[in-house]
Order: sequence, then C-alpha cells, then structure tokens
Amino acid sequence: MIAHLNSTIFLGKEKRGVFPIVEAKPLAPAVKQFKISAPEIAKKRKPGQFVVLRINEEGERIPLTIADVDAEAGTITLIFQEVGKSTAQLGKLMAGEAISDLIGPLGVPTHIEKFGTVVCVGGGIGIAPVYPIAKAMWEAGNTVLSIIGARTKELLILEEEMAKVSHVLKISTDDGSYGYHGFVSDILQDIIDAGTHIDLVVAIGPVPMMRVVCNVTRNKNLKTIVSLNPIMVDATGMCGACRVTVDGKTRFVCVDGPEFNGHQVNFAELVKRQRAYLDQEKQALESFHHQGGACMGGRS
Amino acid sequence: MSEQDPKVRAKNFDEVPFGYNPELAKLEASRCLQCKKPTCIDGCPVSINIPAFIELILQGDFLGAARKLKEMNSLPAVCGRVCPQEDQCEKVCILGKKGEPVAVGRLERFAADYEMTHGEFIMPPKAPSTGKKVAVVGSGPAGLTLAGDLIKKGHQVTIFEALHKAGGVLVYGIPEFRLPKAIVQAEVDYLQKLGVEVKTNMVIGKIYTVDELMVNGYQAVFLGTGAGLPTFMNIPGENFNGVYSANEYLTRSNLMKAYLFPQYDTPIAKGKKVAVLGGGNVAMDSARTALRLGADDVYIVYRRSKKELPARIEEVHHAEEEGIQFHFLTLPVEILGNEEGWVCGMKCQQMELGEPDESGRRRPIPIPGSEFTLKVDMVVVAIGTGANPLIPSTTPDLKTTKWGYIVADHETGATSKEGVYAGGDIVTGSATVILAMGAGRKAAEAIHKYLTEST
Repeated sequence: MIAHLNSTIFLGKEKRGVFPIVEAKPLAPAVKQFKISAPEIAKKRKPGQFVVLRINEEGERIPLTIADVDAEAGTITLIFQEVGKSTAQLGKLMAGEAISDLIGPLGVPTHIEKFGTVVCVGGGIGIAPVYPIAKAMWEAGNTVLSIIGARTKELLILEEEMAKVSHVLKISTDDGSYGYHGFVSDILQDIIDAGTHIDLVVAIGPVPMMRVVCNVTRNKNLKTIVSLNPIMVDATGMCGACRVTVDGKTRFVCVDGPEFNGHQVNFAELVKRQRAYLDQEKQALESFHHQGGACMGGRS
Repeated sequence: MSEQDPKVRAKNFDEVPFGYNPELAKLEASRCLQCKKPTCIDGCPVSINIPAFIELILQGDFLGAARKLKEMNSLPAVCGRVCPQEDQCEKVCILGKKGEPVAVGRLERFAADYEMTHGEFIMPPKAPSTGKKVAVVGSGPAGLTLAGDLIKKGHQVTIFEALHKAGGVLVYGIPEFRLPKAIVQAEVDYLQKLGVEVKTNMVIGKIYTVDELMVNGYQAVFLGTGAGLPTFMNIPGENFNGVYSANEYLTRSNLMKAYLFPQYDTPIAKGKKVAVLGGGNVAMDSARTALRLGADDVYIVYRRSKKELPARIEEVHHAEEEGIQFHFLTLPVEILGNEEGWVCGMKCQQMELGEPDESGRRRPIPIPGSEFTLKVDMVVVAIGTGANPLIPSTTPDLKTTKWGYIVADHETGATSKEGVYAGGDIVTGSATVILAMGAGRKAAEAIHKYLTEST
C-alpha cells in the first residue's frame, strides 16, 4: 500500500482521449501489431484481460485482448486482423498517430497457478490471446506444451515468442505449407493418444477450432478453458450484447469472461450471434474501400 | 407548447417539442398565482424556488430566471425535459385543481435554453480551496450534480466515467429526440469550466479499485454508477439475433449514434415489426427509436393494463400519437427464431387482472388457452435493470442489499465504508433523473461536512 503513496503523478499520465501508437508493424498479411502508450492499463493488466478501443469520434467500440505489456515503458501490445471496416481503418494508422479511446483492463484475468502440464492451443489470430496465457503459465512453473496453427505458413504469427515460453512447440497449417499438415486439434489428439499427462488445456481461436478442441478433450475429461470473442458494445456489463450460453445459463463475456469452461459453451449459438451484423459489416467495408480507405482515424 | 407533427417526427431524431419563445414563456409565467405558501417547492425533489424563477421570466429577466434555477438545480435544461413534473411540482400546483397546472417544466426548459444560447458564462461564487480531493464514480445525473456542488465549495473534484463520453444515462439512455446530446455536453462543459476534472474511459473496479482511489489521495469517493445491469425475461429464445436489452439498443443508437450508420461505424438492427417488452419510459424510448429507424409496426407488450403503465403520461401520449401499438395484458412466453438464429416471432399469453399484489397493483394472471403468436423480427427487452457488481465485488467492506444495490443512508448517502458515499440508481434501483440528482445533492452536503470536519 505504501508504494501507492509515492505515485504523485497518479492518473496524470494519460491525456484524455489520446492514446499514441508508439509502434506499428505487420506480423502477417492483414495482421498488425501495435504498441500503444497506456501506462495505467499497462501497470494494472493481468494475462487474459482485454481492452476496448475506439479509433475516433465515429468509431465503434472494438474489444481486443492485450497480447503483452511493458509496464516500464507504459505500453500495451495489441494484435489484430483486418477483417472489417474498423480493423481495416485501424490497420492504416501508423506509429506517431493516436486513437481516441482505450478502456481497460477488462474481463476476469486468467486463473494462473502451477497446474503441472498445460497445453496452450492457438489458432490463427487466436495465437495472440494465447500467448500471454502461455507466458504466465510458463512463469508460474508449468510444463507448457503449445500447439499453434494457421491456414498457411505466412499467416502464422508469434512463432518465436511462443517458442520462448513453451517446453514444446508444435505447429500446423491447414495447407501443409509449414509444420504438420492439418489442424491444431489433430496434434492435440496425437498428444493425448500418446498418453501424455495433461492437467489443463487452454484453447483460443476461431469458434470451429475451439469447438473441435473441446470435442477432443471432452472424451478424456480434460479441463479446457476457451476465451470467447462475441460482439460487444460497452464491455462493462451494461448492454448484454456479448451474452453466451454456458452450462445452460446466460453469461456476459465482458464481465463473467472472457474465459469459460469450453465443455459448457454453446458454440452453435455463439457463431450465429457473431454473424448478426454481417450485412452491415460488408456495407461499411465496401464504402470504406470505395472512399479509397482514406485515413480518417486518429485525428479526432 | 408546439411540437413536431407526429407523422414527421416519427421519421427523424430531432427533439419533439419546440420549446417556448419569450412571448409564450411570459404568457405561461403570467398564469402563476405566486402563492404565499407555494406547494410546488415541496413537490420538487431539489426544492427549486419555483415561484421566484417564474416571476423573473414574467419580468423578462430570463437569465436571472436561469440563475435562480441553478441555485438549486445544476441541470435545469435536462430536468425541464425529462422530469416527471406531473408527479412532482405540477401535481401540487393550485391551478391544477380546476384546470391545467402551470407548465413548470416547460418554463424551466425555456429559461435554461435561453441562458445556453444567450448567456455569457458567469463564474459562480466559489469557496477558497480546501485542498481536499473527491473522486466521483459515474457521470450521470447524481455524479454531475454532486461534482457541481462540491467544486463550488472549494474541493478538488475528479469524475471517473467508464464510457468514452460523460453524461451516463443522459447520453447512452435517453434518445436525442427527448434530450438533445448537445444539452448534456453543455452541462458537462460548464462543470469543466468550474474546474471539475472529467476522466472518461475509466472503469472503476478495473483500472482502480475504490481503495486505490483513496490510497492515492482522494479523501472521499462518491459512487453514482447507476443500475447498469440489463434484466432479461428468462424465457426461451432470448439469445436469438434481433433480441436486444433496452440498454444495448439505446446505447447503440444514442451513445454510438448507430442511427447515423454508416457515417458512424456502429451498426444496429432495423426491425420492421418490433416488440418492446415493458411499460416504462425506457420502453417508450426504445419503441419510438425503432419507429425512427424505419419499423412499420412497433408494439409495446405490457403484462398489466394501461392504467399501470409506469411511463410518464407525456411519453405514452407521444408514443400513441406516433403510432406505437399497445398490447396490454400480454405476457411474452417464448421468442421464436429461424434457422439463422434470427427472431421471427413471439409467443404471448393474454392476461387478466386479479387481486392487488404487494405493490398495490392488481396482479396479472394468465388466461388459460389464450396463447397467440405475434409476428415480429425484433424484440427489445425493457423490463428494468439491476445493479452492476463491478464496484461492490472489488470493495470488500462495502455493504450491499441482497439484490446487489449499495446500502447507503437515505439522508447522507453514507455507505458502510468510511469516506465512501453513494446515490442514484445504484442505491435505489431504477428511478428518475431528478431523484438521482437529489441524492447527489444530499451526498455533496454530507461529503462537504465530512471533509471539513475531519482533518
């Protein structure tokens, strides 16, 4: 508690509404990594938590997992795929520019302890949220077996980073261009079939991937944590946009999650809810590209 | 007071009533009897000297009237629009016994708007700095009122708002056509000119706990977070696409400006046949928003009868004028969806009124065999809100009720935790803007006393 008394510049570091991007780099085609200056969030964040950002006055609120932090430099790392208008617009921003709003850290942190052997499975852009969990599990003294995969080699991200926090790192690509030819769930099945003792599985990626992983682990009764990414608006428990059915009950991912027991999640419903605004998303993206994707962000 | 034509306004988001011009305001003010023992003041939760401000309007001193209002009410432009005057000041007006009471709300709005457009900023008298710091959690009506009161008493005040814009329910909940957002912004700007610091994007309970705020130099904390947790019916089908909580629906439209999509990025479903469940102001706001977003048919589905509608009479009247259809004594029992997971209908049951329940209202009971299906493609659930657990769950010594509301003294807002006060919906459950403001006012007095009497 005494340490807090020294912080005389408490709450003063972040100017309202301006969060500068200090580093922007591409990780893969249409995948970018930003380091954003947000000292208060960087100090407070725990693995598994996320932020909500808004590019500018017209922007929507986008939830993104905090992939990493540098508390000393006061930065957080966000990794995102350009899939819609907002992420496409975000991807056009460069170091030195800023976003107008950043809210966090949100969500319940990952439960980290020494479980024994933890398998961390990340698919596609889902490797970004798996990484901080793998890192924390590693630091907590677990044996970390990681399985990461992507559609094709050039879309695989964070291989080096994951290698540093894993005792074993296995890789798959759907097209066989790198590593095992197949899915991450196939590798997991092999590991299980080989009789490897596993205490916990953490799986994050596209819903179909998480669903298959859960089917694989359910047979062996292996505890499996998934991190969900439904549509959110306020992300503080106020609107209920992110509701999912877990164990037959409605839960809010923003405040009750984002992590849940994967064996209890109604994935079929989640997929449908994620598609609620497909038409509008398409319309927004088309009109954005039509306008030449002009850089409108970060200057509000 | 003249209003936009219902047919026209049902297609736009502009404010419905135009407001008085100076002549009409004076004419209405001239009706006030200037009672020796005015009952209206007691009818006002913040005890505005109503005859005095009306007299100033009559004299043509509109700025003076606005200042008179601001002595007791820091948000007159807001209250003039959203207060339930018919249950407060206007209810007890002597003129109302035989005819129409004085239109206190409309006069309040007039004076406040006049000041906003004509007035120069006059710094109100401010006490010398006390060197004390107060953290205000939430920038809704309770927090804004309290911040205004405490800054004038010489304390340093910081408001922490979880969303990206200050104003709480005034910006995310109440639609533009009922309360223009520019008005709320002007009130927030005014507080900032007085020296109140407003920090948006700060979710207390996450970025800092209440204890951390206190350890870091805030001697007192006020919790005015509102009752932000949406309630659902807990009937089958509520997770189909096209089913919204009123909180989500209104937040998308009001705060995120989804009604201006794609100029603004946040999308919103545009149902053609929309059912809104509930009978309060939030239900009326949701229904009228759906109409403005292009719905052909909007139904209010309410399990009791018209007499029990909790919404303000004016809101019900406006909704009816605009063509909102009411299904009274109707209870939704299941929401139906198609294969893509979208709403395609709602099963309902007809009700009749039985004996009075604990609220004194006659209890609706189902009529056997009366089930029918309402064809709808969107449903908005507006049946009330609960307490958001973010702060209580991170503040161990803060007492809450079994429903999660914060236990606070009715007169002072004092909670079970020293230096921590609370008021508004997070204490009372969903109520009105003016009651939250009243709670903010009382807590401000108590906090001032606490800060100046403690060392």
